Parts: sequence; structure tokens; C-alpha cells
Amino acid sequence: MQKFTKITSVAAALREAHVDTDVIFPARFLLLLDKAGLGKHLFHERRQGPDGIKTDFVLNSPPFDKAEILVAGANFGSGSSREQAVWALTDFGIRCVIAPSFGEIFQSNCFKNGALPLVIQGETHERIMRAAEGGNPLTVDLEAQTVELPDGETIGFEIDPYRRHTLMLGLDEIGSILADDADDIATFEARHRSSQPWLFLDDGRLERLFADTRSS
Amino acid sequence: MTVKTLYEKVWQSHVVKDYDDGTSLLYIDRHLVQEISSPQAFSGLTAQNRQLVRPAAHIAVADHAVPTRNRNMPLAEGLASRLVGRLIENCEQFGIDYISMTDDRHGIVHVIGPELGFTLPGATLVCGDSHTSTHGAFGTISFGIGASECECVFATQTLRQRKQKTMRVTLNGALQPGVSVKDIILALIARIGTNGGVGYAIEYTGPAMATLSMEARMTLCNMSIEAGSRVGMVAPDETTFAYLEGRPLSPEGEAWDAAVAHWRDLGSDPDAVFDAEVELDVSGLAPHVSWGTNPGETSPVSDRVPDPATETDSAKRAKIERSLAYMDLKPGMPLEDIAIDHVFIGSCTNGRLEDMRSAAEVIKGRRIAPTVTAIAVPGSAGVRLQAEAEGLDRVFTDAGFEWRGSGCSMCVAVNDDRLKPGERCASTSNRNFEGRQGQGGRTHLMSPAMAAAAAIAGHLIDVRKLGSSN
Repeated sequence: MQKFTKITSVAAALREAHVDTDVIFPARFLLLLDKAGLGKHLFHERRQGPDGIKTDFVLNSPPFDKAEILVAGANFGSGSSREQAVWALTDFGIRCVIAPSFGEIFQSNCFKNGALPLVIQGETHERIMRAAEGGNPLTVDLEAQTVELPDGETIGFEIDPYRRHTLMLGLDEIGSILADDADDIATFEARHRSSQPWLFLDDGRLERLFADTRSS
Repeated sequence: MTVKTLYEKVWQSHVVKDYDDGTSLLYIDRHLVQEISSPQAFSGLTAQNRQLVRPAAHIAVADHAVPTRNRNMPLAEGLASRLVGRLIENCEQFGIDYISMTDDRHGIVHVIGPELGFTLPGATLVCGDSHTSTHGAFGTISFGIGASECECVFATQTLRQRKQKTMRVTLNGALQPGVSVKDIILALIARIGTNGGVGYAIEYTGPAMATLSMEARMTLCNMSIEAGSRVGMVAPDETTFAYLEGRPLSPEGEAWDAAVAHWRDLGSDPDAVFDAEVELDVSGLAPHVSWGTNPGETSPVSDRVPDPATETDSAKRAKIERSLAYMDLKPGMPLEDIAIDHVFIGSCTNGRLEDMRSAAEVIKGRRIAPTVTAIAVPGSAGVRLQAEAEGLDRVFTDAGFEWRGSGCSMCVAVNDDRLKPGERCASTSNRNFEGRQGQGGRTHLMSPAMAAAAAIAGHLIDVRKLGSSN
């Protein structure tokens, strides 16, 4: 996973609450099999009209078409679990979204893809939004846990320590679990199987249910 | 021993280890695999040369992209065919049981999980789909995950998670005729907001909850995610056990008795403390419909479209204005004056047998309005076959509905069941987001009985005004 330490970029301002994952990445593009190239469908319906002509959506015009930061309203990424919403953002070049709150699954998906969903609320969020609208670069520093505004103001933020750690190191979470926790998982699984054996379907139940399709 | 909630009991019984940073490694018992969220997870395994550790923990089915017509024909060449083909190949390669769209066990993941007894109380269950909260109706910790987390479950049978806070939603009173659990959950979301449940695992309880069938409980838990909560749960009780007994993957004999004994102890302890409490009296509840572009933008059907001018908070006013512009609605117009073009009855929210019966009861002996196109899409082949055995398919087709094969269909519009730009739909699904049912389409969420009534009237209407058709 790509590391996230510090980025300096103009920030695109999307002054709208409840931007859901269907708006971020419309469902019909979920039929695509690959992660790469999804950026062209990011905010598809907002970026082009029914006639296919580009709209005045913030990400369509310089300098914001190169923005690595998006400042959005509350509940950004609510709705579906589609990780394509994050892949589209990162493919477009956006590495950090700053919002008062996020859809939980979207937020979790960001951390698996080297993207930082930053929760900042209230008047502080409004100051960042105004700075973004001003068009000058902001700096998000994950190590220092600060956002630096163009006027020099530095705003601190809170973040889950584990998630900060994984982003800063670009950690492969699956690799870490397999390397560090495999024995604990095996021990747990044996105990779990003995205390709730009905949770394990390799006792013949699955085989009986799918006898027809397994034999064909 | 400390007192615990249902969520905390199931959580604790699945903790492999607690890390110093407050996260835990959670063991995942079950995983439902579908075509949209799995290809990248499987290719991640291949790229890293990793094994899928426990094939018997997974069942796979293609539900989003499959057509609901001409099911015995091969899929036409194209993206959907490629996606379904990829799922079949991956299941063969990694040893997962796959249910094809012509199989009598086919259906939406969240409908067939419970039908097959794959969903069990006290288990942890995940799926790359946000409506996985559905399975919480059985006292299961179940939640939607992204493709990367699907890959983690394939490779490790665990997920590194932080425990949620808990919220108890107590449903008091009793529902009036013509009002259903869909109206309860829509009213709840309107009240606490689409992010009111973020960070919480919800447990539903109270006298009005206790009388709900398993199918109704699934509708309730299904839409927890629309209140922002990944997890919605109900403590298992006699209704739960009666539903599960004899299902193909339910335990049998002594194992069944042991399981039920375990499940009886899962309910929240009487003195358990929740981080948040919400109470809702359902006695006076009217049928609800959504008017905006998220499920919180919902009102009793007797109300009018809200007027943004009366909203003092500027951000909220802007949101209402944007919603009304997208929905092409005028402030102050009665909701019942909204004419519709389409009706969709189905989805993991309302595609079960009781939903089909409820809609059929309204349309029996009537015809849909000539301006309306209506489809009924059973959530599974099992639902379809049982409905057909009861003659419900004829009730639908006699009224002018199309009766289709099982799948997600027009809830998410990934297959060819889509609204055209500007079309308006009365829908039993779960999301009224912009473009959710097709680019430029407009969605009004409601119960199956209300959608059926809208089909007959050609506009939104309180189903209780239609009266009996017989």
C-alpha cells in the first residue's frame, strides 16, 4: 500500500452534506473488473451532463483537477460498501478527504488504500473549507497530525493510532496478520470449534446441501 | 461477571486477541461472496500467492448483475457476463460453493443466507455489501465490508476491528393495520438522521419488536446502515428458533439443542448499559414515503413536500433545495399528488414472501394505472417458488405487474432493470440516492403495501384509503 506521510496540494471544496457512494461512483460502473482507471468515473454524473458535456463541477477545472485533497460536507461516503468509490478517488489523485463525518465503510476502505479520511468538525472545518475555496495549497501532515492553512494557521487533528500507523508505513495488513497472528488464530479457532461446533460447516452440512453442484 | 449487551457477548466470543492500540482481531465465521465486491479480493490473493484458508466459511452467488428475465438463456456477451464468469472461475479455483442463477437456491445474498440457515445467532458474518446488517435480525454480528476486507477474510478468517458503541432502539406500542416495519425504520431514520447511528451497533427491542416476524426483523436490521450503523441486531427468541429449525445448514439433533441453549443466553443482560438510547412509539405511526435523495428525507404520506424557506439552518436548507431540484418537486405540494411512472417491489429490504403477500393483498382484483410500469422481483428463487405455489404470481400478472426472477434488480440498477432519466418510481428498496435506480431516475421509498397502492392509483397514496378490493 502507498504510504501517506505528508501532502501539500490545492484542495477541492465540495460544500455539500450526505454525498453518498452512488454519487461518488455510480453503480453501473461496478461492472468493471479492475481497480485501475476508475478515476474517469469519479462523480460521473456531477462532472458531465446528460449530453456528455463537462459541467462546472469543482474537479473539472484547474487547479482543482489536480487536487490531492477534497474538503466535503458531513456524512461523506455514506451508503454502499463499494471500495470502487475509494479506488476512483485515489485513481483521480485524491489522497485525503476532510469532512465532519464519514460513512463508516467508506472510511474503513480509505485506510486500506493509502487514503486519509480526516474527521474535522464545526468552525475549524469551515475555516478549512474557506481556505480550500481560496485556491491556495494546504498541507496535511499525518506525522505531526496537523493541517496547515495558506495563512500559516496550523490545525491539529485526532486519528485512530492504529490507522495512522498503517498509513504512515503503508502497511500490508493481511501480511501482518499472517506473519504475527497466525498461531493465535489457530488456537482461537480450535477453541471456538469446540465451544460452538455448529458454526463450522465442514461437518457434512455444506457437502449435503451442494452434493448436486459438487458432483456436476 | 460484568453485565453485557447482545453485541458485546457476540463480540467477546469472537475476539482472537486484543491489541495495545484498542483494536481487536475478530474471528469471522461466515462470508457471503458476490460478484461485485469479490473479483479484486480474489485477484489480491493470487497476486500475493496467498491461500483461501477456510472454503467452508463461504458461499457465493451472483445477485447484482444478473438479469431478472430470460434466466434460462446464457448471459449476453458483455460486462455482466464477464463479471459473473469471473466469480464462477474464482469459486472453482478456490473451492467455494457457487449458486448459479438457474438454481432453486439462487437469490440475493441477504435473502438466501437466512433461508439456507447459513445465518445463525451468535455468529459473525460479513459480505462485501452494506446491507449485510440484515443478518443481525438473528442476533448475528454482521456487517458490510469493502473488497480489501473480503480479501483479508479469505486469507486470515479475521478482521482487525474496533468495537462499536451500542445504541438501544426500543419500539413501544403496536402497529395499526396498513402500517408495517418499513414505516418504522423509515420513521426512525427520519428522526435520528442518516448518520445518527454512525459508530454504533444498534439493538432493536421492545414490545413492538417482539411481535415482529423474522422477515420483518430482517427489514428492520437491513436498513440500519441507512441510519449510518453497520450493525443492527435483535436478540434471538422463540420466533428465531422456529424460523431456523430444519433449514438446510441449521444444526441438527443434539447440536441443535446445544446451539439453542447457547442462543438463549445471548440477549442483553437486564442491567446492561447502552451508550445511547432511542425510544419510538409505533402506535400512531402512519405509512411513510421518502421525498428527497436520502432515506432520512422521509415523511408521513399525509404530509406535504417540505418548504426549504422555513428551514433556518443554511446547510439543511441547501440540502432540501438540492433534493427537491433533483426530485423535481414543489415545496408545499401534497405528497399524495406525486404521480409515478414505475413501481418496484423487491430487494434485500422487501423482497421476501411476506412482502409479496402484502403487496398482493392490495392489488388483488385490481389493475395498475395505465401510466404505470410495475415489476415484482422476488428476493430469491425460494420466495418465487413459494409465491407461485400460493398463486401470487397470477395476482401480480393479472393486475398488470411483470413477475420476474430473483436478484437485486432495480434496487441498485447494475443489471438491465433501470429507470430512464426523469422517470419516477415508487420503490420498496432501501436507497433513494441520486441515480440509484438508473441515471437521472427518481426514487420514493415505501413499504410493499404502499408501493402496491401507488401502482393502482398512479400516484403516492395512503394504502389505507384504498380499502378492501374484495
